[in-house]
Amino acid sequence: MDNSILKKGTRVSDCIIKFFIYLAAGVSVLLLLGIIGYVFVKGISNVNLQFLTTVTSTLKGTVGVAGNIVNTLYMIIITLIIVTPIGVGSAIYLNEYAKPGKLVRAIEFTTETLSGIPSIIFGLFGMVFFGNVFGFGYSILTGSLTLTIMVLPLITRNTQEALKTVPDSYRSGALGMGATKWYMIRTILLPSAMSGIITGVILAIGRIVGESAALLFTAGSGYLLPKTGMGFVNKIMESGGTLTIQLYLSMAKAEYNVAFGIAVVLVFIVLIINLLTKYLAKKLDVNKRQ
Amino acid sequence: MHSSEVIILNNQHTFSIVGNSKNKSAVEKMAQGIFTLCAFIAILAVISITVYMIINGIPALLEVGLKELLFGTVWKPTAENPSYGILYVILTSIVGTVMAVVLGVPIGILTAVFLAETAPKRLAALVKPAVELLAGIPSVIYGLLGLMILNPLMYKLELFLFKDSETHQFTGGANLLSAVIVLAVMILPTVINISEAAIRAVPNSLRNASFALGASEIQTILKVVLPTAKSGIITAIVLGVGRAIGEAMAITLVSGSSVNAPYPFNSVRFLTTAIVSEMGYAAGMHRQVLFTIGLVLFVFIMVINISLTSILKKGDKDNG
Repeated sequence: MDNSILKKGTRVSDCIIKFFIYLAAGVSVLLLLGIIGYVFVKGISNVNLQFLTTVTSTLKGTVGVAGNIVNTLYMIIITLIIVTPIGVGSAIYLNEYAKPGKLVRAIEFTTETLSGIPSIIFGLFGMVFFGNVFGFGYSILTGSLTLTIMVLPLITRNTQEALKTVPDSYRSGALGMGATKWYMIRTILLPSAMSGIITGVILAIGRIVGESAALLFTAGSGYLLPKTGMGFVNKIMESGGTLTIQLYLSMAKAEYNVAFGIAVVLVFIVLIINLLTKYLAKKLDVNKRQ
Repeated sequence: MHSSEVIILNNQHTFSIVGNSKNKSAVEKMAQGIFTLCAFIAILAVISITVYMIINGIPALLEVGLKELLFGTVWKPTAENPSYGILYVILTSIVGTVMAVVLGVPIGILTAVFLAETAPKRLAALVKPAVELLAGIPSVIYGLLGLMILNPLMYKLELFLFKDSETHQFTGGANLLSAVIVLAVMILPTVINISEAAIRAVPNSLRNASFALGASEIQTILKVVLPTAKSGIITAIVLGVGRAIGEAMAITLVSGSSVNAPYPFNSVRFLTTAIVSEMGYAAGMHRQVLFTIGLVLFVFIMVINISLTSILKKGDKDNG
């Protein structure tokens, strides 16, 4: 009688496993809410206009991270200027020029490898290669060059994905009308793949903002603002700690108020970057459907 | 596609078949050359990283001796009679990573199952962005939270557990267990995102067939969906291992500041944290040994990467 299909039975083991599934999901969500909530509660009171616009100085009695914000911007801009053309170019080669074979496999394998190497290794390599061999020392340039190698796979892969979604008819159409290949890439492919490229760039910005281990021994920890006009150019060759580096250093010096203040700024930036990528992904999807 | 065969309307408003096709083909060749060069930079970067890690890591190995360095247990790089044994550092990285994976992977896979299979659509739409945000939070923030929340808790636990022990060195909560918990949280997003994608890729026909045979939802998940998504889930685990073993800044302050055997309540140093905390002041042979530690880490990562590629290849074959 108990075996009747009409009597709806639930297995005990099913219930237990289901309980664990919900428990795990609950833990994951609670962790996130806890992390964000804790950072904001602890840090929001430390973030004010002075914190964001001045430099820490015992003379003036100010505590601020303006210098680190400027350094972070330098790092983002210089890295992107170098990495975007390389990453996009590499994706174009892989998708439009290369014929499948050993070479493409090698390039794809190394790109994959680059994205798996931990940032501390990039830090060591950057310190020796760009810092000592090239002689850039502890500077924003050394840091940017190190980050360039690190975020290259992000740009390459996102551009490649975007190029793959451009229909082949666009290519044959352009070539059939007499366009040269480079003209076709410039006027048809790149504009169609633009939102994918931008997604890659934004993800790269997120990675740069959050990076610390690769920068500790390459970009150093300078926190002063450039003073004169030339100072803004010279800054590139000077040491400059980003927000994350300053967060780490403050934490090591047990200045937890500063650390939590920076943490709030960083979480805020990460939030914006997430929303942006989501928005772009949606846009990309719409393009695909058309 | 030879541009000389193509009729070109050039800028001078003259209609010509030949036109400036020479220029154009030069531009074409140059464009192709530049793109090829860009693509080679990835290869170049990996080769130079490998070469420089080896060049900088090998000298200490030769000078100190392979056995003393890799299997020595005494780490006193700044003593008068320095000793450079990094066995405990290597073991800490291995033990810490394994513990973090054991802790984090089940939660990650179950959350992925929740997101892809059992959750109501609306709830999944809320949880998913939360997980993505977790992936984007900089590692130093995890470190800060570990230091502020976990370490005091661990210290209380330590005081309770070891109150009668005379040999235990109190760490103030900065120990292996704290670091493991931080690492477990940090690998969660990686594991969740990739396993979820793998689970979603399982065709619905398999699920329907399983239901039609009378299996319950949970039975279908355990016996049909998860085995089918196996290669994706293994990829997720391997990537999680890579992330855990390579993480540095989050656990530098959380894991303590001395080299000890990797027991849960010992203050320990990982391969990564040894580099971060000592590179700043290290000189001479000490610095060289830190590069050897980097080389050991690099070898671990390469092994993980290569096994990942072979898993992916096998997965492709299975599906094809």
